[in-house]
Amino acid sequence: MENEVLLLKGNEAIAHAAIRCGCDGYFGYPITPQSEVLETLALMKPWETTGMVVVQAESEVASVNMLYGGGGCGKKVMTSSSSVGIALMQEGITYMAGADVPCLIVNVQRGGPGLGTIQPGQADYIQATRGGGNGDYNVIVLAPNSVQEMADFVDLGFDLAFKYCTPVMMLADGVIGQMMEKVVLPPQKPRRTNEEIAEQCPWASLGKPKTRGVNVITSLELQPEKMELKNHKLQEKYRKIEENEVRYELTGSENPEVAIVAFGCSSRISQKVVQLAKEEGIEVALLRPITLWPFPYDAVKELSKKVKSILVVENNAGQMVHDVRYAIEGRIPVNQYGRFGGIIPTPMEILEVLKKQL
Amino acid sequence: MTQEIIIAGFGGQGVLSMGKILAYAGLMEDKEVSWMPAYGPEQRGGTANVTVIVSDEKVSSPVLSSYDTAIVLNQPSLDKFEHMVKPGGTLIYDDFGILNHPTRTDINIYRIQAMQAATEMKLMKCFNMVVLGGYLKVHPIVSIESVMKALRKTLPERHHHLLPTNEQAILRGMDLV
Repeated sequence: MENEVLLLKGNEAIAHAAIRCGCDGYFGYPITPQSEVLETLALMKPWETTGMVVVQAESEVASVNMLYGGGGCGKKVMTSSSSVGIALMQEGITYMAGADVPCLIVNVQRGGPGLGTIQPGQADYIQATRGGGNGDYNVIVLAPNSVQEMADFVDLGFDLAFKYCTPVMMLADGVIGQMMEKVVLPPQKPRRTNEEIAEQCPWASLGKPKTRGVNVITSLELQPEKMELKNHKLQEKYRKIEENEVRYELTGSENPEVAIVAFGCSSRISQKVVQLAKEEGIEVALLRPITLWPFPYDAVKELSKKVKSILVVENNAGQMVHDVRYAIEGRIPVNQYGRFGGIIPTPMEILEVLKKQL
Repeated sequence: MTQEIIIAGFGGQGVLSMGKILAYAGLMEDKEVSWMPAYGPEQRGGTANVTVIVSDEKVSSPVLSSYDTAIVLNQPSLDKFEHMVKPGGTLIYDDFGILNHPTRTDINIYRIQAMQAATEMKLMKCFNMVVLGGYLKVHPIVSIESVMKALRKTLPERHHHLLPTNEQAILRGMDLV
């Protein structure tokens, strides 16, 4: 059924895409608004077809440590959760970053803090883009804004994770997870064999042949000199990612007087704001960061040379706005608008805010 | 063509599945569609609602504050969504249990006795399809053939013997308007 257009929820698309891109294992624990990922996998029973393992672990902490084990063996492994569950996983994520272990983590965000609400939110931006756990590290953060991207970013996420041997996070939200849209799923790829993994991931601890020494997967190094060197290597890797992997989308007016910067569900709502504004004769450009880390600083800087002011729209109390201000270095005014606690702003509401700053 | 629709009622009335079938029928005609449910406390008792957009152009925001059409199936939804219909837009409501009827004069209001019709036909489970028929009579944004194709796609095969019954319900709904 290749190239068939389906109508799926964002969460369902993730599950289908995981099976199709040859994922070896999913480990997760149910939480609204992402439970359909695990539900769909359970319905699809990929262990009977591709051999993909699906485990409902006893907790998020267990899930992330299963991920560490699977990733350390060079397997394509993933988990998904929502905000408060992702907070529980931070220890495992920093261990994997420190041990250069690839994996994919999906956060379908809800409103916080704490248990918060089950309704959509985008308040984990800072946690995701600054690493989230202890130590100097980053994870690559992809922010889908459609069901199609929920599917596409699974494969992209794994590609990036293995290219750089690092955890990759897909930072979605309750809107994109719960909504249904048209989606074309990727073609079915076979899972890699152990021989292929041994060849492509010589670092993987997947059984030791006599021809090489022991592969050790660890983030621990007690000698500070060696640990500093390890940190330097990590930072070199992050500079390479910043150089090569920035992704964004610039849409809307080509002669804008004002610009909106928004990601995920906020960018979808902002697309409507751009249309509504045009009907009133206001030219608005919309910049959507697709990678939140690495952040498209240069693109925001370039955009700031063309407009009089910028409005950052995000469903939180002001998180991405710091990155936008950093990029612009005070050249033009930057305002932020967000609703939180599970409330999603309406296009009209944002348009009114936008008009006030003209 | 773009139709921005809110469908709202009690949980169990088939609000979400009506929206899904409408969106799927749009997909059958190669239109752009989105389906965004209220999945929060509403789903856990009380009112349920779903925003469906069917368009010739790419859908931007799946979340809206005003609608071309509101299809409402209970009093709380009527109270909430009547004033969110765009001027010149459409309000379709089932009058079962409605005490305070809509009052706006700048929109087209259709009162449909779908609950009563479904009860008479002994097709309570097809209540939502009766309503959908009524909507499609007012706004034929997708064909009945596409709706039937959508039903065939979304209903598990073991329920396919119910397809004629669903079609009957849709046609009955069209008669009611």
